[in-house]
Amino acid sequence: MSTRSVIPFGPQHPVLPEPIHLDLVLEDEKVVQAIPSIGFIHRGLEKLVDKKDFHEMVYVAERICGICSMGHGLGYCDAVEHIMDLEIPDRAKFLRTMLSELSRIHSHMLWLGLLADAFGFESLYMECWRIREEVLDMFEIATGGRVIFSIMKIGGLRRDLPDDMLADFRQRLDKIEEQLKVVAKPFYDDVAVKNRLVGVGILTPEKADLLGTAGPFLRASGIARDIRSTEGYCAYDQIEFEPIISTGCDSYARTEVRIKEIFQAIDIVRQCIDKMPAGAVDVPVKPNQFPNGEYMTRIEQPRGEALYYVKANGSKFIDRMRVRTPTFANIPALVEVMAGCDLADVPILVLTIDPCISCTER
Amino acid sequence: MNCEFKMVRAEEIIDEAQRLHYDGYHLMQQCATRTETGYELVYTFGKALDVLQVKIILDTDQPINSISHVFPCAFLYENEMHDLFGVDIKMISLDYKGSFYRTAIETPFK
Repeated sequence: MSTRSVIPFGPQHPVLPEPIHLDLVLEDEKVVQAIPSIGFIHRGLEKLVDKKDFHEMVYVAERICGICSMGHGLGYCDAVEHIMDLEIPDRAKFLRTMLSELSRIHSHMLWLGLLADAFGFESLYMECWRIREEVLDMFEIATGGRVIFSIMKIGGLRRDLPDDMLADFRQRLDKIEEQLKVVAKPFYDDVAVKNRLVGVGILTPEKADLLGTAGPFLRASGIARDIRSTEGYCAYDQIEFEPIISTGCDSYARTEVRIKEIFQAIDIVRQCIDKMPAGAVDVPVKPNQFPNGEYMTRIEQPRGEALYYVKANGSKFIDRMRVRTPTFANIPALVEVMAGCDLADVPILVLTIDPCISCTER
Repeated sequence: MNCEFKMVRAEEIIDEAQRLHYDGYHLMQQCATRTETGYELVYTFGKALDVLQVKIILDTDQPINSISHVFPCAFLYENEMHDLFGVDIKMISLDYKGSFYRTAIETPFK
């Protein structure tokens, strides 16, 4: 029998953009068990409900993460709007859908770049991030921000996006789509890329379901669970699309799902622009109108399903805001796929869940 | 999303979790909210499009059993509830005993 040894992996590691620690139990070069450890940068943002009123908590929710900020703002607003029984205008729903999908594009492009960097394909990494910059330019035009947008508010959006801006976005997306087709090719076809991804980190559909996995990590195991299509929040019930799945169950399948989701997101943005209704982008919330009740919203963030639980008491300060982020839900499955893998594959496997530790350490 | 809560007593939670597990549900999340007399726990389970929410009212010092032996991913949520709120959860499959979150003060949300 081989000797077992324990290797500490992280919290600081060249392949990890954010701190997560794993105790890897090894037999020779094979991982037999991985024990996760987080909590290095926990900020306690949910506790700020004691000090910030329910309007200000939109800003707090956005600051949970710099990549998923659009979705966090949306999820929190959606939960409070359900409690307050606010029906937001159709234009706001379509704009929220459009902005969420732009967010998905830049998040997936960031991830593709990190993956390329992890297996040493630096020119591909830079190209992915260059294209992502063009999406961030669109955010800057639309909201004034590239990371924190502050466009979501209880009752809709803070500002409208004029039709000529939407037409400009459509042209920009055409250009981005052409560039993406070139960038996607090595991820699909390159032998070196396939050698690092195919057959690595198998997660069966049964395990994926049992472990509460979410997002592309789940859909790459062949389970077509996408809250956009099932819940139909925002304007997704008026958009034509099907959840993208792959039955490969490995790291290559996860990459494939995310690449296809980028093209799908571009298509959804185009549909939003084409179907954009006219009208207001918010409903007024009276100064003496406070939420009273509790609600849990779920939305499909780029990394997977996120849950937002809000409990309010009829005053301007809510009792509880709880965010269940997709990375948190994916940690048990990450540990599962690591058992039996080579030590050299650990960084790739950590990356294939698209970890967002900032979200997890909210 | 279904936001009706099914009230369950703390001592019945394992039976309830096992029933849901056999019915094909997966665990979506667990969270705690501080109340004047203790805690309010919300467990969310999903099966395809169906969502079921279970609510448990606990006194401050009242323990509750872990469901991590039924739903393996529960160990993360339960360690979180223990570390942030001080909820006394027994028999977590992987119990970090307070070191899951490295917080400056003990149980900051209590």
